[in-house]
Amino acid sequence: MPKKPEVVAEPQTLIDIDDVSVHFQLRGGSLSRLLGRDTGSVRAVDGVTIKLATGEVLGLVGESGSGKTTLGRSLLGLVQPTSGRIVYDGADIVGLSERQLRPLRTRLQMVFQDPNAALNPAMTIAEQVGHPLTIHKLASRGDVRQRVGEALERVGLAPVERFLDKYPSDLSGGQKQRAVLARAIITGPTLLVADEPISMLDMSVRAKILQLMIDLRASLNLTYVYITHDLASAKFFCDRVAIMYLGRVVEIGPTAEIFADPKHPYTKALLAAIPDPDPDRAVPRDLPRGEIPDAAEPPTGCSFHPRCPAAFELCGWERRDLKALLERHWASVPPEEYERERQLVGDIDGLDEPGGPAVVQPGRASSARDMNVLVQRLQGAAPDDPFWRGVRDIREVGSGVEVQFEDGHDPRLRPSGGVDVACHLY
Amino acid sequence: MAVEGAEPAVRTVTPSYRRLAQRFVSPITQTRGVARWILFAGLFITGVFVVAAIFAPWVAHYGFAQKRADGVSFPKRSAPSGEHPFGTNDQFYDVLSRVVWGSRTALLVVLLSLVASIIVGVLLGLLSGYLGGLLDRVLVLLMDALFSFPSLLLAIVFAFLLSERLGGGILAAALSLTVIYIPQYFRVVRNTTVTAREATYVEAARSIGAGRWTIMRRYLLPNVVHSVPVVGTLNAADAIGTLAALGFLGLGIQPQDAAEWGYDLKRALTDISSGIWWTAVFPGLAIVLLVTGLTLVGEGLNETINPTLRRRRLLPVTLPPRTQDERS
Repeated sequence: MPKKPEVVAEPQTLIDIDDVSVHFQLRGGSLSRLLGRDTGSVRAVDGVTIKLATGEVLGLVGESGSGKTTLGRSLLGLVQPTSGRIVYDGADIVGLSERQLRPLRTRLQMVFQDPNAALNPAMTIAEQVGHPLTIHKLASRGDVRQRVGEALERVGLAPVERFLDKYPSDLSGGQKQRAVLARAIITGPTLLVADEPISMLDMSVRAKILQLMIDLRASLNLTYVYITHDLASAKFFCDRVAIMYLGRVVEIGPTAEIFADPKHPYTKALLAAIPDPDPDRAVPRDLPRGEIPDAAEPPTGCSFHPRCPAAFELCGWERRDLKALLERHWASVPPEEYERERQLVGDIDGLDEPGGPAVVQPGRASSARDMNVLVQRLQGAAPDDPFWRGVRDIREVGSGVEVQFEDGHDPRLRPSGGVDVACHLY
Repeated sequence: MAVEGAEPAVRTVTPSYRRLAQRFVSPITQTRGVARWILFAGLFITGVFVVAAIFAPWVAHYGFAQKRADGVSFPKRSAPSGEHPFGTNDQFYDVLSRVVWGSRTALLVVLLSLVASIIVGVLLGLLSGYLGGLLDRVLVLLMDALFSFPSLLLAIVFAFLLSERLGGGILAAALSLTVIYIPQYFRVVRNTTVTAREATYVEAARSIGAGRWTIMRRYLLPNVVHSVPVVGTLNAADAIGTLAALGFLGLGIQPQDAAEWGYDLKRALTDISSGIWWTAVFPGLAIVLLVTGLTLVGEGLNETINPTLRRRRLLPVTLPPRTQDERS
């Protein structure tokens, strides 16, 4: 008897994302545009490598600005990656023209964040849900309406006759998102990129839409890329989660493992930020301080280090961290003390450039000695700040004080336990 | 054969068009107060002129270039009487007939120029706004240049150029008006297109594989033409004035081709000093009335269509009977 094929075979790779980067050119001021100066670029996605297996649900999780939406859009060729390869079905789709991408569009579909904006207000539901079929000439005129009916039924917009000739403005948010889903599945796609599909919906509708997406996955054999900032829904929905920060994947692994044993300090912080319905179990919320940094000039070394509670020597400390420290300090002291200390320090805008070491020049009425005392006092005021772990030496150079930092470098994704994590701690 | 093929298509499309018409008409029926009166007064005045224009051969007793009836010549510059209610002018023409036929000329020219400038302006605006790049820059520059000229000056230049090619007929007058109104539609459509281009539904259209033309035709066009009817009616009022001005300067339609109010005013200029008022008052009144009517329609439409100005009538809420199949 011939051996049956293994049911739990090695999962087939559907999409191979290989070192993909998307950089957006900054426009800059009108003067630099006139002079044609280089205005720098934003690294929305910076060297992401993910293999997506057929039938899998991958969650892309991160704060606003972490590049998760851009990565999702680049999978569909809606944004052209600056470098890297996206191999779908044995062919690289990076660099294909709109025309060459068109045949692929039946198999790669997208669900958008805002259902109120994703539907054309001037077309009826029947017209726009059936439009992919018309565009790709997949059905005759009469069949389109029937296929639309089937798709609407599948997403739970029944009785179909009530919705076919409605305009989007006649539908509720949840109904619109169902219509968007119907439009996405009508061509029978293999991959569905869902960009925060439930974040704009009412709480009561969210679970229904997620359940619908789970049902569709089973019945249509779909692969999902689920983009979200909501870890709770990712836990519910995803097989695998990739945590993104400033355009990079900092941790990726099976959902259960990530939630049970988060490795990266950023993942830990995100998990700590999930609201807990039990008021007695108040968890210590050491949320990352500050905001997500400017992606045009990301921090050196590990880009999370300025916000990281566990950062140490290797993480890539630099001048800007000293400025941030000064500003944090000044924000916490009384105004008189700030005035006094501000007089001591000269120009601190020089600390805006990336890299190290930091040289602080004293103000007009102070000396290098005063500066050194100030820096010592800063250290005395917050000795536990991770910043001091990265300081190698503080010395007076000429008229100012130079703060030298340890050499840091950029952590790469490395396997640790069942997950891959980009952190020097592992 | 063709009918059989078209039958099912018509059946599926009709409700959508009817609904589209409903969406357009419903803001008008929902108006209230001043906006409603402005709109209806404007529609009434314009309607009178439209009727006169369409039924000119029956409304007017004589032709626009008729000097005698039943073998009897009309008197020259005769005061209004039973025979000639608005009198006759220096060319022996019946003033009432000239005014009635003039409304046909005015509305025809305005209609032609509006249709032409809307087609060209909307198309160029859509292309420029959606494709952007060099085309957009060149077109915006060109349109701004056209826009910065005094419209009458521009119309004179084009009327002058076109009259050599096309003669002094209705077509030449309409085309010279077309040129000066294209930039307005272009601007309105181009700017709304630039905004709409970034909308999610346009990206959604790209993600389902729609080509450029499909996106422009099905996704952008219906969403960017909202303000075109308002600009159109206001331009129509302006066009009446410009046409009359062209006629007054002798550059418009020649008297043998059609009756034109501006031309009649020019002829009447010499009569005024000798106390003959009827040759100037009636064409002038016609111009003022039609411009007023069209302006009122434009303002009324603006107040009903423009959501920032619109005030809807509050309708009493009636809840539908409960149904079983209410979901999400």
